[in-house]
Parts: sequence; structure tokens; C-alpha cells
Amino acid sequence: MLGYTLRRILQMIPVLLGATFIIYALTFLMPGDPIAALTGERPLPEATVAQIRQAYHLDDPFFVQYGNYILGVFRGDFGIDFFGRPVLDLILERLPVTFALAVTAWGLKLVIGLVIGVYGGLRAGKAADHFALVFTVLFMGIPGFVIALGGQTYFGVHLGWVDPAGIRAGWPMAFILPALVMALEAAAGLARLTRTSLVDVLRAEYLRTAKAKGLSPQRIIWGHALRNAMIPVVTYLGLSLAGMLGGAVIIEAIFNLPGIGGLMVASINNKEGTVVVGIATLLVLVYLVFNLLVDLTYGLIDPRVRI
Amino acid sequence: MTQLLEVRDLRVQFSTAQGTATAINGVNLSLEHGQSLGILGESGSGKSVTARTIMGLLDMPPAKINGGEILLEGEDLLTATAKRRRQLTGPVMSMVFQDALSALNPVHPVGRQIGELYRVHRGYSRKAAKAAAIEMMDRVRIPAAASRVNDYPHQFSGGMRQRIVIAMALALDPQLLIADEPTTALDVTVQAQILELLKEQQAENNMGLILITHDISVVREVTDQVAVMYAGRIVEQGPTAHVLGDPRHPYTLGLSQSVANEDLKGRRLPAIEGSPPDLLALPRGCSFANRCPLADEQCSSSAPPLESVGAGRTSACFHSGKVASNVAYSN
Repeated sequence: MLGYTLRRILQMIPVLLGATFIIYALTFLMPGDPIAALTGERPLPEATVAQIRQAYHLDDPFFVQYGNYILGVFRGDFGIDFFGRPVLDLILERLPVTFALAVTAWGLKLVIGLVIGVYGGLRAGKAADHFALVFTVLFMGIPGFVIALGGQTYFGVHLGWVDPAGIRAGWPMAFILPALVMALEAAAGLARLTRTSLVDVLRAEYLRTAKAKGLSPQRIIWGHALRNAMIPVVTYLGLSLAGMLGGAVIIEAIFNLPGIGGLMVASINNKEGTVVVGIATLLVLVYLVFNLLVDLTYGLIDPRVRI
Repeated sequence: MTQLLEVRDLRVQFSTAQGTATAINGVNLSLEHGQSLGILGESGSGKSVTARTIMGLLDMPPAKINGGEILLEGEDLLTATAKRRRQLTGPVMSMVFQDALSALNPVHPVGRQIGELYRVHRGYSRKAAKAAAIEMMDRVRIPAAASRVNDYPHQFSGGMRQRIVIAMALALDPQLLIADEPTTALDVTVQAQILELLKEQQAENNMGLILITHDISVVREVTDQVAVMYAGRIVEQGPTAHVLGDPRHPYTLGLSQSVANEDLKGRRLPAIEGSPPDLLALPRGCSFANRCPLADEQCSSSAPPLESVGAGRTSACFHSGKVASNVAYSN
């Protein structure tokens, strides 16, 4: 187990290197000059520009820049922005908001998706199952920002149940609507997966055995079917929590939440490559860690893959 | 004393996309306490459906029981409530399945799966159920039962897994055990051990045993009585030694001739030509007529009833008297 974990952590290094390299290259290729973006209408004197370019190593070759950056990352130094603030501080300051949003959305998704999926799976082929299918496909099909804007208008402006945007109301009130929007979109996939998995398991021989033991239908479903049906679902859920962090970026912008999404958008506009790469690197890292956690906990639910 | 099991005129159909398939077409069976009955037949003959109908394991729909009675110690299972059936399933009748790996729940330790019967039907505590499960594993001779009780099905060999399935079936000392192809998935040496175990447990507990198989040698080795099924009907029934030694139905004869033995060494094995009839459209006459060397006009116009052909024996063939002398399957 320990050896496996260590091996997996070592395997993360090349993945992280590859991912950051691609992201770094993409920001390097972003059109426009970061210094020009910094100053706006009135250009700086040539000498000042040259000085700034030198201070930020902007004239170094790409590979040297990337090399410096990645060496810093492994020391926990994500660089500084143009105002001299460490990128890591900027991210950590805003991360709690994004994290709260992602976890809330994930929790709502888990409840909505599992309830609909289990309900549909147990009544496969019946009216309730078809209704669940329509419901999930509907939310899968509508783009997230449409649901977001619609929800904002209706619940925020029209009914006034929650603030349409902003974080003043704090957790949970400021987070409920954006989290629900994210959850509804993502719950569709979870519901479909849960349903399919449960339908498969309900056909399994060992459920016939359970019936031949004279067990009640409740005991057959809760004691024998669901845990088996959850095996693929757990993997999906674990990975999707990391995905939620990425998805939060767009929703934060719509609901004006001061998370890393807003920071990311602002940094792209300002051509602040270090911040963009920092955020992206962090998201990649989170994704890798969740992936590992899912694999390590998998054995708890499925003894056949215990390591 | 009442009969342990009596099945009367059982009829089961399946609705499929192509139409209605007749899986069981008027089956009668009876079994005494302590007696063993083999149900012999090829795939699709209705032997497994018969077992599942008795156990109440049919998926309905698509299956539909169109008539008949299943009396377990005099009580009709087909009219019993679901709750009453559950009370009987496990403590009075139980079943051993063909493929032990898929019959066991992969995510629960075997001890828990055996112990569950004690917890549900006898209200044992977790601890008592586990102790009972270990005892049961010992009884089916799983080595080091106490240390293996928390292992999972995939950690056992095929033969050991089948022993666990048997332990589960025997846990509550049922009166009736139905074993559906219990040895088909096992290799030959393990097969013999499992059959030995079933025979021994049956004798010790005076249990009724129904053994479903396509393997004529298994029937010969284990059972007192045999019922040969073909296309959803019983075509011949009686004491195993007599039926297999001196068949009175051409199908039984065909089965017994298609077993390899010393005399046939170096020659091709005789086979019954053709294939069983389409269950979606059963012929009006005898279902076996199109493959039968004795078939004549009468056979294709009306179905032969199951009639007595000697002490405790029945056969559904118009020509039962001619079977032994006149039938030879090509080889």
C-alpha cells in the first residue's frame, strides 16, 4: 500500500511537468504585450520597459523561463505578479471561496444524482424511469450559463429569495444558487451512470442468490445491490470533485464570487502569465491528488481491487 | 406423512419480442423426504426454469406461470403470499447455483453471506451468526474455516466457492435442496468431491434433493429417481437405474447412447441428429418427432401422454414398447 502510494506520487511528477509545460507554453503564446497591458494609454519610457522586462525575465528564451518557473514551483514558489504579490498568496486568498462553491455543488450533485439514478434504476422501463431520463437529459442539454442566468433572474431578482450575485450573504445563502446550477448540470451524468450501473447489478446472479435466501426486497437492494452498483459511481464522484473546481471558474464569473475563477479571468485579461499558470498548475495538482485518493479508497468498496 | 414436494401440471411461458415461448408445458413431479430426483435434459428443455419456478426466482415478467400447483409439504407456493414464501425460502427449501463465483456477492465476506441466513431467519446476533457460519463452513469441509470466514469470494478456488454456496444452501437445514448444475463449472476431480458432499449431506439430514443436470453420469451416480425433460415436458420418469439402464423413450435412449464408453473406443460417438423444436412454435404432435427414428404419422399429429410403462415408470411415447430393440442412433 505504502509502496503503491509512493509510486503513484512519483508518477505524478511527469504528468505535472507535462501539464504545466503545455499551459506555460500557451500563456507564453498569448497575443499582446504584458507591459503594454499593464500601463494602458500612456506608454512607459523605453528604459523602464526594458528594466521591467529584465526584472521579470521576459526576454529570456522560453525554455529558460519555463525552467526557472518549474524549479520555483518545486520549492513552493509560484512567482509574483506585476504588483509584487506572491501568486501563491493570491490563490490561497481566493481558494476558500472556490472550494466552498465546488464542495457545495458536489454535495448537491451527489444527492440529486444518486436519488434520481437509484429511483430510475429500481423502476427501469417504467414511467418514473422515463421521467428521470427526460429530466436529466434536459439539464444535460441546456448550457450551464443559461440555467445560471435564468436562475439568477428568477430566484434572485424576481422572487428575491437569494442575492442575484455577490458574496455578502456568505455561506450557504450566497452559494446555494450557483452551486445548484452547477449541481443540476453535473447531476445528469451521475444519475445516468447510477441508473445504468444499478440496472446491470439488478440482473446479477448474486441477487438471485439473495432472493433464494428468502431476503426481503429492501434487504436485497440495500444490502446487496447498491454497494455493487456504487463501484463505478464512486470513481466518477471522486474525479468529478476535482472537475467541479474547474467548472466553478465560469459560474464564479456569472455570480460575481471572488474565487480563483475571477482571478483567472482577470489575469488572462492582464496577460499575467504567472498567475494563470499558477492557477492551472494548482488545478492539475488537485486533480492528480483526487485521482490518487479515489484509487486508494477504491478497495474499501470493492475488495477485489484491494492493494 | 405428506409428500415433501408435489408439482402438478405446471405451465410457464415467457413473452419475448418474437412471441410467447412455452418453457414448461405441463410438468408433474413428486419427491419424498430423503429422496433424490435428477432432472435430466439439454439446454432449453425447461429444467432450470422448473427449478426457478419452484424456488420463486423467475423474473415476472417476462415469465408467466400459466397454471399448476407447487405443493411444498402440502402448502401451495403459487398462492402463498410473498412474505410466507420468504419464510419458506432458506429454512425449508434452498438452492445451489451453477456458477458459484457469480452466485456470491463479490463485495461481502463469505462468512457474512452465510451468516445472513441466521440473522434474517433466526434473528441471531452478528457474533452468533458468524460462529454459525464458521460451523457451516467446517461442515462442508472448507479447511481453516475460522480463519477464512472474513475472506471474499474471489479469494477462494472454484471448488471451495461451490462449497460456500452449498454451505449457504444447507445453513438452515432445509427439507428440500435444489441443485442446478452444481458441478458444471468445475473440473472433474472437484466435481466428484462436490457430488460426494451433496450426497452425504442429503443422507445425514434426510433431505429431499433435486439435481438438475445435462450430465447423465451425474444423475446415475447421485439420484434414486430421474425425470427426463424435453421441450418443456417430462418425457420419461422412473427409478434412475431402470430408466437409464432400459430406456422406454427414444430421447432417453439417445442420451444414454451418446455417452462415451469402452465399447465405443475408436468409433464416432452416436448423436441425436437435429435440434430441439422452437419453443415459440411447438409442434402439434410429439416435440421429439422430427428427431426420432421411430416417428410415424401418429407422432406428428398428436402429442403422446405420459403413461405407465412398468412399476413406477412413465414414458411419453406411442412406441415405448419398441424403444429398446429398434432404435439405433447413427454414429
